[in-house]
Amino acid sequence: MFVRTYQKKKILFFAAASIFLLCALLGRLIYIMAVRGEYYSQMATDLQEREREIKALRGRILDRNGVVLADNETVCTVSVIYNQVKDPERVIEVLCEELELSEEYVRARVEKYSSRERIKSNVSKEVGDRIRGYDLAGVKVDEDYKRYYPYSTLASKVLGFTGSDNQGILGLEAVYDEYLTGESGKILTMTDASGIELQEEGERRIEPVAGQDLVISIDANIQNYAEQLALQAYEAKEAENVMILVMNPNNGEIYACVNVPEFDLNNPYELTEEWAGKLTGGNTEDNLNTMWRNGVISDSYEPGSTFKIITAAAALEEGAVSLEESFYCPGYVVVDDRRIRCARTTGHGAETFITALQNSCNPVFVQIGLRLGVETYYSYFESFGLSTKTGVDLPGESRTIVHQMEDMGNVELATMAFGQGFQITPIQLLTTVSSIINGGTRVTPHFAVKAVDGEEETVFEYPVTEGIVSEETSVIMRELLESVVSEGGGKNGQVEGYRVGGKTATSQTLPRGNGKYIASFIGFAPADDPQVIAICIITHPQGVYYGGQICAPVIRQLFENILPYLEEENYNKQTEQG
Amino acid sequence: MARGNVKREKLSIVKEKPRKETFYFDYSLLLVMLFLILFGLIMVYSASYYEAMTTASIGDPAYYVKKQAMATAIGFVGMYVVYRIPYQTYRNLGYIPYVLCYIVIFMIIPFGYEANGARRWIDLGGVIRFQAAEPVKLGMIVFFANFIYGYRKKLNDFRTMVIMLGLAAPVSILVWRLTENMSSALIIAAICVVMIFVASKDYKRYIAMGLAAVAAGAGAVYYIVWLSENAGADATGVRGERILAWLDLEKYASGKGYQTLQALYAIGSGGIWGKGLGQSIQKLDFLPEAQNDMIFSIICEELGLFGGIAVILMFIILIWRMAIIASHAADLQGSMLVVGVMAHIAVQVILNVAVVTNTIPNTGISLPFISYGGTSVCFLMLEMGLVFSVARGIRVTNYDV
Repeated sequence: MFVRTYQKKKILFFAAASIFLLCALLGRLIYIMAVRGEYYSQMATDLQEREREIKALRGRILDRNGVVLADNETVCTVSVIYNQVKDPERVIEVLCEELELSEEYVRARVEKYSSRERIKSNVSKEVGDRIRGYDLAGVKVDEDYKRYYPYSTLASKVLGFTGSDNQGILGLEAVYDEYLTGESGKILTMTDASGIELQEEGERRIEPVAGQDLVISIDANIQNYAEQLALQAYEAKEAENVMILVMNPNNGEIYACVNVPEFDLNNPYELTEEWAGKLTGGNTEDNLNTMWRNGVISDSYEPGSTFKIITAAAALEEGAVSLEESFYCPGYVVVDDRRIRCARTTGHGAETFITALQNSCNPVFVQIGLRLGVETYYSYFESFGLSTKTGVDLPGESRTIVHQMEDMGNVELATMAFGQGFQITPIQLLTTVSSIINGGTRVTPHFAVKAVDGEEETVFEYPVTEGIVSEETSVIMRELLESVVSEGGGKNGQVEGYRVGGKTATSQTLPRGNGKYIASFIGFAPADDPQVIAICIITHPQGVYYGGQICAPVIRQLFENILPYLEEENYNKQTEQG
Repeated sequence: MARGNVKREKLSIVKEKPRKETFYFDYSLLLVMLFLILFGLIMVYSASYYEAMTTASIGDPAYYVKKQAMATAIGFVGMYVVYRIPYQTYRNLGYIPYVLCYIVIFMIIPFGYEANGARRWIDLGGVIRFQAAEPVKLGMIVFFANFIYGYRKKLNDFRTMVIMLGLAAPVSILVWRLTENMSSALIIAAICVVMIFVASKDYKRYIAMGLAAVAAGAGAVYYIVWLSENAGADATGVRGERILAWLDLEKYASGKGYQTLQALYAIGSGGIWGKGLGQSIQKLDFLPEAQNDMIFSIICEELGLFGGIAVILMFIILIWRMAIIASHAADLQGSMLVVGVMAHIAVQVILNVAVVTNTIPNTGISLPFISYGGTSVCFLMLEMGLVFSVARGIRVTNYDV
């Protein structure tokens, strides 16, 4: 029998339906290829093109004499490529053992379906080489650089450290990151799914640009010595902390910035023994932040008598007092209805302005402050730069904490005149004193001197304000402060063979009467032509707590060592030439 | 034509060779098929050489294409033999092809061979290895053509349809469950339904069946989406995840959506003109089964939109030629044989292209004549032998072909 007509129709019906569906799929194909083609094409290229980063060598940090303070060492990054792993169990076993990781952690990464999974970075070259030695398919060991600090704790709170991607996290590493980082290079290659590069597709290579070296004003020798002294005082006085800041008063270059206990820059996320003993409570993050904190810049305190330098300078500048003017100290002074006591409760008796400063007599400075009045005193406070930040090139500088002018009465003015009732940072105090003794130029304290890029140098410039005080006032202040050391309360700061100026301070921390003190001493030398100024602050010393007795000797020892050294190095001449 | 004439006609074909000059031979169908097969070999080589070269246990870039060429050669011989045998001979076989289908399916139990995670192959002493579902497709086409021929006077009875569906269902289900091959089961079911549909006069029932199937599919998709929203994607099982991946490929990019997404990358990056033959990047291990189920996407990547259109056009011509042959066949059995083969190829091409373009959820279906797979190409050529055999029975003088 033949095929019936209706069957023929149905055959054609089916064929036509099939062809119709194929045409519909053709339409879909056109949509995918012509309309969505660019999108899928891009997705495919992203997948196929492997971009490997070539890390740029991070610039080093050098001290003023070229001593390397922050360097790079070769470390390895271990990763696995899923598609290439042949024997996952063996890979897991070896990586667990060599990298000292939990099996669970390694297994999750080895078995994860991704083009490349990082297992661990910052693996020492030794371990990396050993893993390479196993010759495991799919395990990649890439060499990389890691930050290394040869002196581990030296200037830890100044230098700061870097994170896992070599980015600056703290300190100068963070502030000058853009100079230090350089530009990472790239290798762009087409790969197959296993990440094997396709030779015939060629590669594009963009070379990395190494970071610039940063030369800083720190002198490793001075820093090191200051750290030793601070540590001695810290241990002898069982103090909370000891800070020493050494600076060139003429240009603001910081020679040393010490803040013991320091921390280990090569293991910044581990509390050092000292810190572990101190920080028993609190969460890890807070503890680490406490350990990393640079008190010289970030912590303000009541300066106490060292601030009399500022009051004296303001009064002399204003002509509110003459050097030989006579005062009388009965051991206290009454301001409005308040009785403010002198450090010597029996009183200093009759004294001149000069001896009052030598004696650090509070009633005299109260009188001088009141003579100036709130507005004048406040205007000096501002023109000396005390109400603004110093602009030091480290992060986290604290502002001065002071009453608003409107809120200041006579009592507030009186206490401020001898350094109480407000808070400033050590660096602010030292900078302000520098401008008073250096001829009236307010300098910006700083660390970074220049960034060196091969032959090219970027020299950093810092703002300078002249005429803070007159040259005459500056000369008088130098002489006055020299007499404080030679004849007054700062005689422990005297260095044989040198003219040293200075001022001591001892302030009780709030709340008053808790028996906790902050002792300090500011010294500079030579007194007639200051080349170096330094402050030593001991927080919460046990036993004797007078700045003149515990801090002045520290600065004396420091000066005994560094003054001959500085003469030899002749830093000022160098920088003047530069 | 009365039933009594049939035997005489059969005999006359065998004996009276001098009449062969009036036989019809469809050269255009042969050319299209040859084109697809040769094109397939080139594309299998292009798509597989990298994988073959980089797989340590193979190491020979031509490994796949050699095997495919071998299967093609065997297929050619088989095709010629089938072409020379008058198809009317099979009428005497009765239920034998149907029983053979069961035997082949059950052979998977003692001789089953697992590859790529599914036990789909029958391995006879390592000498012969084939996918169980492929001979079943051929067997069912031959059987149903006979059956419809035998029932030619009762084709419009409801009972006939029920019997035929009842015969097809267990085979399809066994292929699905025993040989773990759902797509082949679907294709076998589709072939049988198309053959029954063409043979009977009715449209309504089949359209209703089709609509019911679409509705059931849509219902299943809604259910799975609902389940995944309420009980999580894991609760939906492997097939459920495939459907979820189909709906949102990028969400399942590292799992069930990976292969299809990679296929789309390949197709999309081909653009209008393609990257050039051999230049596919996606075949470099990114796209699993590049030479197999996903070969169409590599064709699109290398030869562009025009390559893709050309392939689909070739299949359209192939289907059209078979439709012509089927409607001009000398008898209903011949017509049904061609309808079965046509249904097989059409359904498989449509499903394959639909999967590769993510038009339907991913299920492993190869592209006839082109995809790598020895069993598939071999049996497809045997089926083509049947088509040529039927075409040969058409008398050119009587019909305007």
